[in-house]
Amino acid sequence: MGYHCVVLVKQVPDTKRITGQAMNEDGTVNRAALPAIFNPEDLHALEMALDIKDKFGGKVTAMTMGLPTAATVLREALFCGADQAVLITDRRCAASDTLATSYILSCGVRKLNPDIILCGRQAIDGDTAQVGPQTAEKLNLPQVTYVEQIIKLDGKTIITRRNLGNGWQEVKTKLPALLTVVDTANEPRVPRALRLMKYKTAKCRGEIEAMAKTDPSIDVDAVCKELDSKGLLIQQWDLDYLNADLRWCGRDGSPTKVHRIQSVVLTAKETKEIPPTQASIEAMVHELIVDHTIG
Amino acid sequence: MIEVNKQGEVWVFAEQHGGKLEEVPVELMSKGRELANTLKVPLAAVLLGGQVSELCERLGHYGADKVYLAEHPLMEHYQTSSYTKVFCGLIEKYKPQIVLFGASPCGRDLAPRIASQMKAGLTADCTDLQIGSHEIKSTGTVYDNLLLQIRPAFGGNIIATIINYDRWPQMATVREGVMPMPTPNIKNKAQVIKETVHLSQSDLAIEILAEHRQQKKVNLKASRIIVAGGAGVGSKENFKLIWDLAHCLGAAPGATRAAVDLGFIDRDHQIGQTGTTVRPVLYVAAGISGAIQHQAGMSDSQKIIAINIDPQAPIFNIAHYKIVGDLTQVIPMMIKAIKEKA
Repeated sequence: MGYHCVVLVKQVPDTKRITGQAMNEDGTVNRAALPAIFNPEDLHALEMALDIKDKFGGKVTAMTMGLPTAATVLREALFCGADQAVLITDRRCAASDTLATSYILSCGVRKLNPDIILCGRQAIDGDTAQVGPQTAEKLNLPQVTYVEQIIKLDGKTIITRRNLGNGWQEVKTKLPALLTVVDTANEPRVPRALRLMKYKTAKCRGEIEAMAKTDPSIDVDAVCKELDSKGLLIQQWDLDYLNADLRWCGRDGSPTKVHRIQSVVLTAKETKEIPPTQASIEAMVHELIVDHTIG
Repeated sequence: MIEVNKQGEVWVFAEQHGGKLEEVPVELMSKGRELANTLKVPLAAVLLGGQVSELCERLGHYGADKVYLAEHPLMEHYQTSSYTKVFCGLIEKYKPQIVLFGASPCGRDLAPRIASQMKAGLTADCTDLQIGSHEIKSTGTVYDNLLLQIRPAFGGNIIATIINYDRWPQMATVREGVMPMPTPNIKNKAQVIKETVHLSQSDLAIEILAEHRQQKKVNLKASRIIVAGGAGVGSKENFKLIWDLAHCLGAAPGATRAAVDLGFIDRDHQIGQTGTTVRPVLYVAAGISGAIQHQAGMSDSQKIIAINIDPQAPIFNIAHYKIVGDLTQVIPMMIKAIKEKA
């Protein structure tokens, strides 16, 4: 018994804590102003997967697509209790829209053959909520979006409660299935001290290669081998390993293209300053009645 | 995907639950009409459900030239798999150039599944749609009459315009509340095209065991005036001032996400990027600093009164009336002024 859960996670810029200008003068996004974090709703998906493992046994795999620096969120998943982590990284993944991303992730998930795939409802950088349903479609699996609670798991089927904003729904579906999880589902656990000690040195090959660029004495193969022997090598897969069809990856695989990006400029309209006195406020109210805004 | 079809129609998904048409497809009819007129093609509503034919007439009143009606007992309750199968069949048959969905929980569940199956592009949560051209600089190729899909990204800090020039249909979900409701014209009649639907139990991937839908406690979108409070209101007790001013103006009480998170008011009242988008005649923002996520949901208000103790609060940049002061003093003054004038 037990379930293999794959959690799809994403490293995102912290759009709520933007320091300085979000945009460079040339119109590109200023990454330096955007600290990278674990996408908040993905933490709830990870928690749901860890909870399944705690109750029923099995294992949890965290998977992400991104640059080698995205291994940071995989380490966080390992700290919290994930059993293994997989980074999909390849220069040919660049400029993937949600459809291409979903295709690539589906190739990765196929390698693992899980019972349950979980992801956050949406990521805070794009807020699209598309990658979950599209990955489910690419895998030809049922999708259950906005999952708030798992009510029952019986080996072959899963019953979940969905939060629809203006109500809820309880649905039953066959496994394997893909769930997208909302932030009201649970309280994500914090990293465990022992696991943090164990996995803080875990790395993917790309990170070691980056280190070797500044320190030529590092033998990448030897370091990878050593980490692997200690269970600390984060698996790194490229599109060749996934047997991905390149027509559906990266820029070529993306039907949507960016036409234009504009920084949000707050339009300063004509502003009247009203002193906080009874007489001035009465004058303002009078003006609003005269122009039929109120009354 | 389907091939580029410049004669293709503009489609709107006529989302309904239990035979009741949702508001967002009606909002989309006004924008859909505008796009269809620019492209000189018909506007069609796509109506899926159990027994929903009585909604066709209303869709006509709201501006649809045609209604594609697909009814089947197994489609009485919305389900991703069955709706995707039927909808994709219609896209392959009629090859529309644009397909629009409301960015409702249902629309955001369905549209990505359809786009993935069609291998077509999809832009989420658009706040505006236009027709325009796109040039690929490296080759000089120009694509005319494309759907410009305009949406906020990076938490509302940037506005991105997305296009899809070759893998059609051009699909988008559109935020609720950002398009004005069209005025119904009872003379406008839509041509109803009844589709034959083939579905069996095996097309249903899930079984709905129980369901509960509740009306929202407040209808912010329909309110002419909104009085909203933010974290600056300070406490749930002080938030009573927001309710008092709202009552005296016949307004709906609203709130920022921060105020909701602090427990001052129920989440149904939340306005902004992750709440409701509103465009009232008057918006009173009290104790709201004006985070970009909040502004995204209310900056189209016709008149904005901002009350804040901090003269540098960003909300003042978009306010028509700027009141720098303590809201616990200013709001009672406003209530007094309104009661005296009215």
